[in-house]
Amino acid sequence: MPGKIKSITNPALRLQILSPEDVQRIHSATLEIIAQVGVRFPSHWALDLWEQHGAQVDRETFIVKAPPDLIENALKSAPPVYTLAARIPEQDLPMDGNHVYLGTDGCGVEVIDLYNGERRRSRLQDVVEIARIADYLEEIAFHWVALSAQDYPAETRGLHELRAIWENSTKHAQTESVYNQTEARAAVEMAAAIAGGRENLRKRPVLSLMQCTASPLGHDGGSLEAALVAAEAGVPVGFMTMAACLTTGPATLAGTLAVGNAEVISALALVQLAHPGSPVFYAAAQTASDLRTGAYTGGGPEDYLFGAATNVLADFYQVPLSMGSFATGAKQPNWQAGVDNSLSTFMACVAMSDMLLGVGFLHGSRIWSYAQMLLDCEIYNIVYKMMQGIPVDDETLAMEAIRAVGPGGNFLAQKHTRKHMRELFVPQFMDRRPYNVWEEQGDGPQDWALARARQILEKHQPEPLDEKLSKELGRIIAAAERG
Amino acid sequence: MHTELFQAMAQSIIDGDPDAAAQLAEEAIEKGIDPLTAINQGYVLGVNFVGDQFSCGNAFLPELVMAGEAMKAAVAILEPEMQRRGSSRQMLGKVVLATVQGDIHEIGKSLVGTMLSAAGFQVFDLGVDVAVPKIVGKAREVDADIVALSALLTTTMVRQRDVIEALDDLGLRPKVKVMVGGAPVTSEWVAEIGADGYSEDAIGAVEIAKRLVGAG
Ligand code: B12
Repeated sequence: MPGKIKSITNPALRLQILSPEDVQRIHSATLEIIAQVGVRFPSHWALDLWEQHGAQVDRETFIVKAPPDLIENALKSAPPVYTLAARIPEQDLPMDGNHVYLGTDGCGVEVIDLYNGERRRSRLQDVVEIARIADYLEEIAFHWVALSAQDYPAETRGLHELRAIWENSTKHAQTESVYNQTEARAAVEMAAAIAGGRENLRKRPVLSLMQCTASPLGHDGGSLEAALVAAEAGVPVGFMTMAACLTTGPATLAGTLAVGNAEVISALALVQLAHPGSPVFYAAAQTASDLRTGAYTGGGPEDYLFGAATNVLADFYQVPLSMGSFATGAKQPNWQAGVDNSLSTFMACVAMSDMLLGVGFLHGSRIWSYAQMLLDCEIYNIVYKMMQGIPVDDETLAMEAIRAVGPGGNFLAQKHTRKHMRELFVPQFMDRRPYNVWEEQGDGPQDWALARARQILEKHQPEPLDEKLSKELGRIIAAAERG
Repeated sequence: MHTELFQAMAQSIIDGDPDAAAQLAEEAIEKGIDPLTAINQGYVLGVNFVGDQFSCGNAFLPELVMAGEAMKAAVAILEPEMQRRGSSRQMLGKVVLATVQGDIHEIGKSLVGTMLSAAGFQVFDLGVDVAVPKIVGKAREVDADIVALSALLTTTMVRQRDVIEALDDLGLRPKVKVMVGGAPVTSEWVAEIGADGYSEDAIGAVEIAKRLVGAG
């Protein structure tokens, strides 16, 4: 039985964050930036494409200046709706604007060991274990390759990680760990093997790629080329801006939105020029740098506002959005983590971001924590419940029960209560015990979350990948390793 | 003597105003003031003030960076005059700084550069995605005391080791010290590749650099 997936749908809450005029102004500013200031595309392949389509290209600085109609027309061919496929179709994820899907966070460098609590460098076995737990959890709809397999060669590490995901989970795999064309070609080949050939892969992309833009107003050559390779095969690709107020973006939020928007839509336009109609998505994790140290904060009010505002932009361009929520800067699953991850996730959900990234990280997307993973799922569950809003009708007004109880008394024994009580939120990790029990036991949410993670890892058996397929993946990786 | 001018110089740094700083430097040259005196009795007081304000949390990073830019503008005007007089500023040491090849993360590297400059090091910032030979070549060319390497990716941090090996091959170590940093860098990694120091932030980077040149 494939695990079901818990997605937010038919939202009852709304938020007014940018008016249509605001969006239009950001859009116009963006087009002006792309046409007059330019965006850096450090790849001759990308420059050739731009040149063929009439953009102004500087081969020395790699800066491209593209006229507004070129960008606008190119974006028109991006499909507004498509599916991120899973190994099994029941777990496919329609990108249709009416679902919010949660993923794990990705590409971390260290992990807090699930058993001894020590922090150490990440390795392939960690990717395996996180994938198994994520496969089990209904809150998690897709994987980002959570940690880097630092015990494998740098050139093909991203491929070993993908294999580990497919061998340990049936859910959709998205990676940001593949950022050059050689590795991308092999990753596409692996995905085609899983999907059952190139044509099937185009119909049911079991893989998607996420590339970072290089704020301000630039891209990485390897990332661009990896994206072009994926798009040719119909593998969905997204570009994520991480523009941060103060350092890689202006100090003002609107300015940082415009800078990031210019990066993302210029890249999506390039992909559409090369492969019209290929599935693409907008991705973002803007924030504000810390005023004192310049550090990446992964939280704070600016971060939360970006979470909601960016979806308005993605909607304007009619492409799905993958939004970086969670990813607190906190060092442990503590107060700061709770504030950051709740508010960022709420804001991204209320705007109906299609994909949410992602559970499990501490210290600004660097350190994986299993406790944080489970606690983040609980945050998602709270937001999930909130997004259902307050239905008002005869049944929910409960007049009959109110009449029956009258002034005084309580509603515990009412039929109406029994009928509806399971609609109320039941926490897994909130401490609602009496004070003395807490005092005596001395444990808390973190401990329970860890215990749960261990239990899942020890019990859950993911649907195995066909051994032949597994071997085929190994063969593709070995070929890539030989070069 | 020239008290007002010196005060204005310090103020131009505090205001982070490169144009004012440069103009005051020209004025100093016209008046025949020794550039070193202008720096030490004028501009440096501004740098110290901003530095202190920053340390106690009253000033923010952009103010520090702008003070650095203003200082650079003043020094650029004063430099030829210093050369003519055969004098030079006392620097703590020369640092060749880069983000390694394959890696485009820039912010952390640049902040380290800003802080090192503010602390009195001469910094040669080679930018991002810099190949090993270029780093090593520059270190040799300028007779560097320190090579500082930033790497934010697990796939590129191996280049930090490559630089150390290349410096070893050329017999430049242990004279040239190597310090490293970036998201995936841990003390474990530092020990593994035999680097001389590492830090998790730019302020720590200054402490390490001072220690490495025997000034801390
Ligand atoms: C912002 C950011 C980006 C921006 C960088 C913008 C720019 N112009 O610099 C962009 C969006 C371009 C980017 C791109 C990518 N990124 Co990035 N990025 C980050 C992020 C969130 C913050 C980095 C940052 O700027 N921090 C702020 C500065 C001030 O801090 P800092 O860099 O750590 O530097 C301080 C210290 O480390 C130290 N230090 C730094 N260097 C040195 C050097 C010396 C000598 C010393 C002593 C000290 C020192 O002092 C600095 C100042 O205090 C980190 C996560 C993180 N929290 O670190 C991921 C992160 C580093 N990126 C990551 C990844 C994967 C990528 C991409 C590969 C994604 C992709 N597929 O496109 C690309 C890289 C492409 C390439 N070829 O380089 C991963 C790397 C993980 C891994 N396993 O390798 C991280 C950890 C995030 C994650 N989990 O996904 N990224």
